[in-house]
Amino acid sequence: MARLTEENVRLAQEIISRYPKARSATIPLLHLAQEQDGYVTDDAMAHIAELVGASPAEVYGTASFYEMFKFHPVGRYVINICGTMSCALMGAEDLMHHAEEKLGVRMGGTTDDGLITLERAECQAACTEAPCLQTNYRYSFRVTPESFDALVDDLRAGRLADEIPPHGVVARVRQHIPADRGAGVHAPEDVKSAPAWLDGKAAL
Amino acid sequence: MSAGGTNAFAPGFYEGNRPRIVTSRFGMEDSHSLGRYVATGGYDGLRRALARPAQEVHEEVRSATVLGRGGAGFPAGTKWGLTPQDVWPRYLVVNGDESEPGTYKDRLLMERDPHQLIEGCLIACYAAGLSQCFLYIRGEMALAQERVATALNEAYAAGYVGRNILGSSFSVDIVLHWGAGAYVVGEETALIESLEGNRGMPRLKPPYFPAAIGLYGQPTIVNNVETLSNLPWLMVNGAAAYTAIGTPTSPGTRMVAVSGHVRRPGVYEIVNGTTTFRDLLFGEGFCGGMREGRSLKAFVPGGGSAPWFLPDQLDLPFEASQVGPAGSMLGSGAVMVMDDTTDIPKAALTLTRFYAHESCGKCTPCREGGTWLERILSRIVDGKGTDADLDQLLEVGQSICPGAFPHASSERLGISAVPFPYRMNTICFVGPSAYAPVHSALTLFREEFEARVTKRVHIPVTAVGASR
Ligand SMILES: Cc1cc2nc3c(=O)[nH]c(=O)nc-3n(C[C@H](O)[C@H](O)[C@H](O)COP(=O)(O)O)c2cc1C
Ligand code: SF4
Ligand code: FES
Repeated sequence: MARLTEENVRLAQEIISRYPKARSATIPLLHLAQEQDGYVTDDAMAHIAELVGASPAEVYGTASFYEMFKFHPVGRYVINICGTMSCALMGAEDLMHHAEEKLGVRMGGTTDDGLITLERAECQAACTEAPCLQTNYRYSFRVTPESFDALVDDLRAGRLADEIPPHGVVARVRQHIPADRGAGVHAPEDVKSAPAWLDGKAAL
Repeated sequence: MSAGGTNAFAPGFYEGNRPRIVTSRFGMEDSHSLGRYVATGGYDGLRRALARPAQEVHEEVRSATVLGRGGAGFPAGTKWGLTPQDVWPRYLVVNGDESEPGTYKDRLLMERDPHQLIEGCLIACYAAGLSQCFLYIRGEMALAQERVATALNEAYAAGYVGRNILGSSFSVDIVLHWGAGAYVVGEETALIESLEGNRGMPRLKPPYFPAAIGLYGQPTIVNNVETLSNLPWLMVNGAAAYTAIGTPTSPGTRMVAVSGHVRRPGVYEIVNGTTTFRDLLFGEGFCGGMREGRSLKAFVPGGGSAPWFLPDQLDLPFEASQVGPAGSMLGSGAVMVMDDTTDIPKAALTLTRFYAHESCGKCTPCREGGTWLERILSRIVDGKGTDADLDQLLEVGQSICPGAFPHASSERLGISAVPFPYRMNTICFVGPSAYAPVHSALTLFREEFEARVTKRVHIPVTAVGASR
């Protein structure tokens, strides 16, 4: 149970500064919280509420709409197997049964060692490479029982630690707008006229 | 991680001997870097745009008829012209939420050529007078987020984005934003709600047409990733070159993902308007036909929401004015192919379950109807349904979409097509999309359902108390 660390508060403020309204940063900050703790804690949501000027209930209301946010600890690796049509046509159901057996857990469950959570997911925009799965949102394509087993063995042996960060970390690269390069936010209350480059002429 | 069976850099993508507007760099290992982008003509389109008045650039895009690639197919230049006069600021929201079942193209465009997208955003902002751009990437797309973030950081440092772009009076920030997993957020008004920090539920149209009342209540243009990725090429080559490809009503190219039971599932950039489904599914250089020894049973022509087609419809081109009357839509450029081994009720269930789960719950016909459709269909698939369930499916469908629902013609069944679109009782298309696969499957393959259900004698309602 943790509020955001000092470093994350600094990052949060940088993110907030890019939006005309602070509340727009809610989802990015929830990701930051999940990155810090592996899931989204109540304390973090209360802290985010303070940062964006909302109530904790409003932040929870937003967070609970989105499937990626977890409100309880999950495995270090979350494996999402796609079960939508294209993957289903190519054997996703068999793959799911195989995965449940290999890991000894049901869909939604976490292995006893806390390493892997298995989930059923929906279309991952990789339909031509079916059946597919994501491990912490990194893809495996045209998955067979053998390649699934190899993935699990690699995860257990720590061989993919460089490629796949722990659950909560999605993108490892952050946008950074240099202070001397930014055009700045354009809030409705501050901007009342056409942008300079339209040169006074109305846009079509 | 495994690279898939095809292009090592762009898994699933095949080049072919065809015009390439948006995928020209996909075969290059470093296509996502600023260096490669600039070395291959990148940011020339922006330079050319900035050398002309914004109004002229807008006119060029309008005359090219760049159809929206997100699903609705509305021309971008026309959409930009729908903002109310003299209301400022205006925003650009880029829809990178790609999650319609079967759709796989925007992710590739973001991973393989992020600068092309960034340049497209800049051209749109310049032409339509948009003061700030928010680039919304689907939450589950880690690599796309990393590639776009890296590209933005490079582009800012090199002066392509931000203040006084390329030394001009044009200044605009592109803010990378990302979601957290919810299909319906791809709907443009839900995307805006999500970007405002809320639950991603669609808004009522009217009055909430984004071009009039969008982000923070301001005029907002929402465009798809592929739509915008066309603009750099268009600026360099001009509208005449663009419309020389394809047909007058469907010019240029479009990216299409073909998945399922074909020999070579893949992502192809095809010539719009003229390429037919037969070309795509059976042509060499495309999918090369069905899997060994199998025949085509049915296909979904335009993403999971689209009513299904049969082999009867193979000769239709990628042209909305022909696909609509034939009973379906082109949607998001996603074809899902089923061969003769396919269990049709089960296939329909994988889509209906998707839409039922993704309902945001705002409208009753979708929230309740979707769940009912899934439940009834599940019990039929599990062999526990009765023939009364078949009528019930259609009845629930009527509560979502009253009246005749579009479907394909079939020589085998002796039925003619009911044209697209449908009437609907819901705010957005998620509700109707839960019904579309059920309706298609039941209309075109009723015998597969009947073979699975128990026949029951209907007991009239007046016979209350009668024993069964
Ligand atoms: C339920 C639903 C989901 C949608 N998902 C997407 C999506 O993931 N990506 C997208 O670009 N458009 C999606 N759309 C279409 C958008 O609402 C919008 O029409 C589109 O982004 C506009 O861009 P375009 O004119 O460039 O196509 C969706 C629409 C609906 C109703
Ligand atoms: S149709 Fe479904 S997803 Fe769309 S607004 Fe209504 S309840 Fe929400
Ligand atoms: S259906 Fe599995 S990735 Fe699209």
